[in-house]
Amino acid sequence: MSNSIKNLTLKIWRQLGPTSKGTFETYNVEEISDEASFLEMLDYLNERLIGEGETAIVFDHDCREGICGTCSLMINGQAHGPQRGGATCQLHMRSFSDGDNIVIEPFRAEAFPIIRDLMVDRSKFDRVIESGGFITAPTGGAPDANLIAIPKPVSDAAMDSAQCIGCGACVAACPNGAANLFTGAKVAHLNRLPQGQPERFKRVEAMVETMDEYFGSCTNHGECEGACPKEISVDVIALLNKDYRKAKFASRKDLAR
Amino acid sequence: MAQAVSSQRGPVTGTAMRSRKRRPFLLDLYSTAVGKKYVMAITGIAMMGFVLFHMIGNLKMYLGAADLNHYAKFLEELLYPLAPHGVTLWILRAGLITMLLLHLHAAYSLTVLNRRARPVKYQSARDYQIATFASRTMRWSGIIALAFITWHLLDLTFGVVNDHVGTKDAAGLKDVYGNVVFSLQRVPVAIFYVVANVLLGIHLFHGAWSIFQSLGWNNPRFNKWRRAFATGFAAIIVIGNVSFPIAVLAGVVGN
Repeated sequence: MSNSIKNLTLKIWRQLGPTSKGTFETYNVEEISDEASFLEMLDYLNERLIGEGETAIVFDHDCREGICGTCSLMINGQAHGPQRGGATCQLHMRSFSDGDNIVIEPFRAEAFPIIRDLMVDRSKFDRVIESGGFITAPTGGAPDANLIAIPKPVSDAAMDSAQCIGCGACVAACPNGAANLFTGAKVAHLNRLPQGQPERFKRVEAMVETMDEYFGSCTNHGECEGACPKEISVDVIALLNKDYRKAKFASRKDLAR
Repeated sequence: MAQAVSSQRGPVTGTAMRSRKRRPFLLDLYSTAVGKKYVMAITGIAMMGFVLFHMIGNLKMYLGAADLNHYAKFLEELLYPLAPHGVTLWILRAGLITMLLLHLHAAYSLTVLNRRARPVKYQSARDYQIATFASRTMRWSGIIALAFITWHLLDLTFGVVNDHVGTKDAAGLKDVYGNVVFSLQRVPVAIFYVVANVLLGIHLFHGAWSIFQSLGWNNPRFNKWRRAFATGFAAIIVIGNVSFPIAVLAGVVGN
């Protein structure tokens, strides 16, 4: 049985370009199905705006099933809205009630400049990945499956970190604009696995240094974990810090450099 | 992946990358935010140790003037006759001052980095989910604790704002007990001591937990104890330190 949510007041950030001055605009949505996703609600609003000859609200979206990391949005002061463990595309209108006020703002960080309205450029994450988010693999014939034995708890832990979709909610939610959860997840994913060992220390040093160029520092608020659509734990930040220390203290002769 | 990289940046693979010239080890470590957090944590541990022993030492005031004054003398003669009078104490003090300065510098430079990371604030109210009052007020609780330390030294160490400092007791020892009583009998001073120590407790509540994360001490075997340790440590410090002004005002400690 579908119900509808009535009389929503939306305050949405409108900004023409990276350097223009933005402002909140107020829109009313009179009725929307509670089965609609949050992004479908914005689509519905955009259809109406286009019909009225206004410009549509620009926002990031792609797969709409929580696996691509393209959607963003600060909804009522929370990255990806009031739900835990889901991206904005997985947020449904049943999370809201009749007459609610909803404030929608783009992710804000120096590293995430606004392109237009609610769309931000998160390519600084690519810079972090480029500096160490890879392994060296020999080319040639495909290796046999399970050729390298990995204990089940290790592969599970690596998989937990590998779930990161790089959406940037951790940076958006962090009061310091730090990317330690993102970087920690990438480091934890590769450094836990045997395939990641050759570049282990080089990786963590390079990624930490690249992260420093664009992002803030971790003060252990834990907001990133609360905002993460994949519920990645701040445990990965401790692992990042530990491997960074190990990289600094390890004998240079043992490093892959 | 290498093809996708613009020409301004060099090759990205670990093996192809030239290892760049690095600064001396400790400076290299301190150059990144993660390294600075290590400094924050290690200096934090040192100052936590000081705060704990300072509180325990002050408990001597409940045993009476002679005990507290004798304890003060013991501190001055620490490791005597191996070290001359007061030398060990000054070495410890120098260590503490270094720790404090490093803690302040790391905090300052990380704050600058963090401000730069989000120059335009959110224009709507944030709805924090996990961050605590303690974690969000570290800078303020730290600055007020620093102001308190300054006052505390002017009061009971240098005697700038305490006329009793310099007086000797019946045994010819410095009358530390009398200094404390003189200071804390002034109600505004006692209130400042209580407020500052509660804020110190709030600082420790987040700091003592944060240490584990910053140092990478994360293990499912003891993770649930980390919060308990921080809460317990902060509570012990606050209860101990706040009891002194209250005891003086209540007349439990006094002449």
